[in-house]
Amino acid sequence: MISRLLVANRGEIARRVLRTCRERGITTVAVFSDADARALHTREADIAVRLPGVTAADTYLRADLVIEAALAAGADAVHPGYGFLSENAAFAQAVIDAGLTWVGPSPDAIDAMGSKIASKKLMAAAGVPVLPELDPATVIEADLPVLIKASAGGGGRGMRVVRTLADLPDQVEAARAEAAAAFGDPTVFCEPYLATGRHIEVQVLADVHGTIWAVGERECSIQRRHQKVVEEAPSPMVDPAMRERLHAAATAAAAAIGYRGAGTVEFLAASDGSFHFLEMNTRLQVEHPVTELVTGLDLVALQLDIAEGAALPPTPPPVHGHAIEVRLYAEDPAHTWRPQTGPLQKFTLPATTEFGAPAPAFGGSFGESAGIDRGIHAVSPKLQSHHGIVVRVDSGFAGGDVVTPHYDPMLAKVIVWAPTRAQAARALAGALAQARIHGLVTNRDLLVNVLRHPAFLAGRIDTAFFEQHGLDMLARPLADEDAQRLSAYAAALAASAAERAEATVVTGLPSGWRNVASASQNRAYQAPAGRIDVGYRRARDGVRIEGEPDLVVGEVTPTRVELGRGTVRHVFAVAAYADMVCVDSALGPVSLRPVERFPEPETQVASGSLLAPLPGAVIRLGVAEGDQVTAGQPLLWLEAMKMQHEITAPTDGTVTSLPVAVGHQVEVGAVLAVVTPPEAQP
Amino acid sequence: MILRSTLDTGAAAYAGNRGALLEKLAALDAEHAKALGGGGPKYVKRHHDRGKLLPRERIELLVDRDSPLLELSALAAYGTDYPVGASVVTAIGVVENTECMIIANDPTVRGGASNPYTLRKTLRAMDIARENRLPLVNLVESGGADLQSQKDIFIPGGRLFRDLTRLSAAGVPTVTLVFGNSTAGGAYVPGMSDHVVMIKERSQVFLAGPPLVKMATGEDADEESLGGAAMHARVSGLADYLADDEVQAIGMGRRIVASLRWRKLGAAPSPQADEPVFDAEELLGIVPPDLRTPFDPREVIARVVDGSRFDEFKPEYGASLATGWASVHGFPVGILANARGVLFSAESQKAAQFIQLANQTRTPLLFLHNTTGYMVGKDYEQGGIIKHGAMMINAVSNSTVPHISVLIGASYGAGHYGMCGRAYDPRFLFAWPSAKSAVMGGAQLAGVLSIVSRQSAAAAGRPYDEDTDQVVRTMVENQIEAESLPMVLSGLGYDDGVIDPRDTRTVLGLCLSAVQSAPDPGPGPYGVFRM
Repeated sequence: MISRLLVANRGEIARRVLRTCRERGITTVAVFSDADARALHTREADIAVRLPGVTAADTYLRADLVIEAALAAGADAVHPGYGFLSENAAFAQAVIDAGLTWVGPSPDAIDAMGSKIASKKLMAAAGVPVLPELDPATVIEADLPVLIKASAGGGGRGMRVVRTLADLPDQVEAARAEAAAAFGDPTVFCEPYLATGRHIEVQVLADVHGTIWAVGERECSIQRRHQKVVEEAPSPMVDPAMRERLHAAATAAAAAIGYRGAGTVEFLAASDGSFHFLEMNTRLQVEHPVTELVTGLDLVALQLDIAEGAALPPTPPPVHGHAIEVRLYAEDPAHTWRPQTGPLQKFTLPATTEFGAPAPAFGGSFGESAGIDRGIHAVSPKLQSHHGIVVRVDSGFAGGDVVTPHYDPMLAKVIVWAPTRAQAARALAGALAQARIHGLVTNRDLLVNVLRHPAFLAGRIDTAFFEQHGLDMLARPLADEDAQRLSAYAAALAASAAERAEATVVTGLPSGWRNVASASQNRAYQAPAGRIDVGYRRARDGVRIEGEPDLVVGEVTPTRVELGRGTVRHVFAVAAYADMVCVDSALGPVSLRPVERFPEPETQVASGSLLAPLPGAVIRLGVAEGDQVTAGQPLLWLEAMKMQHEITAPTDGTVTSLPVAVGHQVEVGAVLAVVTPPEAQP
Repeated sequence: MILRSTLDTGAAAYAGNRGALLEKLAALDAEHAKALGGGGPKYVKRHHDRGKLLPRERIELLVDRDSPLLELSALAAYGTDYPVGASVVTAIGVVENTECMIIANDPTVRGGASNPYTLRKTLRAMDIARENRLPLVNLVESGGADLQSQKDIFIPGGRLFRDLTRLSAAGVPTVTLVFGNSTAGGAYVPGMSDHVVMIKERSQVFLAGPPLVKMATGEDADEESLGGAAMHARVSGLADYLADDEVQAIGMGRRIVASLRWRKLGAAPSPQADEPVFDAEELLGIVPPDLRTPFDPREVIARVVDGSRFDEFKPEYGASLATGWASVHGFPVGILANARGVLFSAESQKAAQFIQLANQTRTPLLFLHNTTGYMVGKDYEQGGIIKHGAMMINAVSNSTVPHISVLIGASYGAGHYGMCGRAYDPRFLFAWPSAKSAVMGGAQLAGVLSIVSRQSAAAAGRPYDEDTDQVVRTMVENQIEAESLPMVLSGLGYDDGVIDPRDTRTVLGLCLSAVQSAPDPGPGPYGVFRM
């Protein structure tokens, strides 16, 4: 029996494994890089072992350090999570060699699937349908388009689509270089490229006693750059006959390599129901929660059971209802999916409810009391009832955490179970739309737009979904221009209430009162749609917004504002941070940047300029134009009032301008020199 | 105890009173609009086109956002040859949580030049700053004295500079932001101020501009070297801070006020100040347009004070004057309010006693005027009305607690004095549009003149022309009525502004808070005389 388990991972998956271990009474051990010293997974484990450094290569990818950590903490088992060392056969072997229990398949099985070329051959031999493998050297016009893949690859890295023969050699070379850098193996191969395939995968579980389960399929066709974004179970395209064929193929694949533990066999399916083997992932998948929610299984618990030699029951449980997962990323889909880093000021989702009505969204205690931002919830929903809806959040971050550039910018996975696919999609879109995510741009709006898209709801999805339906449209903000405008009004009124609450004199008097009314109170915000100027004034019958004669201002507090148009009233939840205001409402979330009341006048001086601190004469030059200098190096000396003042370089860089010479008399504020740092040079 | 109201808002009288007052408010708004319009659209546009802000825009940027602001003497120069507002804006505003007196020239009105009313309004604002210990912020842009009226400005105007430095000596900081011209005498405004901000290529501060220098000494000098902001910041040292633009200058002004770390020296309000039980909107329906009709001032008090609570003092004695204790926005206050116009001996003695009680407990006093004066007639003279009136006037004159007067109805004769009229230096005095103030009512005054003329004609044995008498009486009555109107008196600077009755509670709250910036001067030498 395992008594103390080290999770060789970080973020949400580490927390996911920790949770099951805690339930079972297993002492938990986390590892953490310096960047993760205060991360949730580090704080939640019973014991945490530091891996010095911040990059993955220095920390979570260091098999030797991880095993040392396990031994130092007295662990008797290692769970690898996904990514990092999870599919590293040498690591698995080293864990076993260190006398620890490896929660995963045998190193041989990992090896067998590690090479895509070898694994395809193996699968073909076992009767699993595979796409023909093309030798890059013999590809002809008729084969086009082709997909170049790294044999040792995964997660979409190193994959390239080639549409003309002329491009092939260069692309192959580039793919080789990338594969060598990423996986230490430059081997690449080609496959026919199926532009509109559907990604279907089967969860398998195999014990040491020869029982192999195929636990239903998942569809993960909605992808960006070959990375899954929306995943669901079951697949809307799979009928019972196809499911039977998929299960048979997956079981055959697992059997062919003597698989043990949890794994996933991935297929690319065509609209006619035919499918081909892509690869087998010999680990827990990111999207495993959808399977858990439709089966009621705890896959991590089963991994532990299998690692301890337990036998699976003869057949897996049946699949109930529908589950959809989305990956919430700190990234900007509208700007080449640019990852976002920085403080995540607030991160809450509406209350998780089992078998009951969801809590009201933006009223009173919205968000704050939900408390679901930190936990993995409802791993095993009770499925006796078919009316409840389950919202589960697997998250590695909580409000107040900082998203660093060192690791994957996935904030959380949000998963919904409902009796039907349409209900699940609506509930998940609703939960995301109501989430309060402050501080970072995320793909939330994109996810909501996908979940509400008619094509998605009709089950018409494939790997080219974003291209087909237009990323611009899908990534558009949930809050339209009018919603942004109303949100800016709410932000201004809330700020007004907040500032009045902080006042220390004439506190009880009406806000903004004037006996001779001249001007409105003004606040301005930068919104996604541009600058919004808000003018408001107190009239005898309430607060009036300039240019909005029909707008009725209801109750206003620093965090909550009611605005009405005619008889329709909207409620806005407002959260103000140092240089940002986040307004959430049913009209969509809006992040605003307050325009400063007293902006610094624009400086006329080029950055990096050194200005004379006092009037004086230049008595000596230490450098010439074009010289390389280091921070703190003296550049020249000024004499003023019988004192010599040293002017030093503020940063490393090049002296790009030196407009003075020895003997020059300079005024206060005159530019003496300009030092340009290396990255700023053209 | 909580006041009860017998005001019938459904009655015709209420509607009539309200209609009459709304009409007067509309006229007031029209005059305020003139002040807001400054020098008119053409000059406002020219000013804006130069990238400059209007005085009220500067004030709005200076004060804490959403804080209340009380503009004073907005109608100054009303009824004179000079534009309404007198080319200057004065206001009590909150800057960095500090209640300040703000004085801003309006450069769109004849270049911001000072006329006699500008001077009167400015000096009044400085008096308020001194009495209430409010830091002074000058927003200067003025071409100096209006030369055509120099005889009315030059000699008394010197007080401005004297008072600036006396403010400083009294421990009231003075801050000046120079937005444009501040020449000749105006140059002494920054010169006499504790803290001075000037704006690059905007501020011009010199005793004499290039033409006068040429005339006086023959020297050729340009404006920038005579009085530019950069020169004053780097050479003369007249400027302490050099701003790049108006917005930055105002930001610097706010930082200067913040750095004063101002502490009020008076009493703090009680934190729980509840609203009156009755609606302030109903204040419009209480005062009848014909001031000969009496009204109960408790209906006003019930709509102004916290929780409509009024603990009445001596309610059964001298019932023509209501006296009692209340609080406004958490500030305790003793109230004297005329109930039936006339002050008799009992009322006068009651007032004198009440004022002394307020002095003993250091409670500020609020006077709500609706008086036709002290009672006249043989019985009253013999009963000692002069002595008793004198007690009240004596008590008011020597009371050392802050006084605030609000003229809600009539304020005639010596009653105006006894109720702390302007000459008795209340810290603040405001009028409702329904108010009237004069030595006596127009009809009475005309009648007195008529009787005197008739007697004089009879004594000289001349016949008395009744037709001429009628014409003269009407003329005099109309003249007195017109001179009694609050806007006219406000134009002359005899109050701090005409206010909307519905704003009374807020205005009082601001004033009661402002008076608490200054320390309590302490009580006088006597105990309370029982009268």
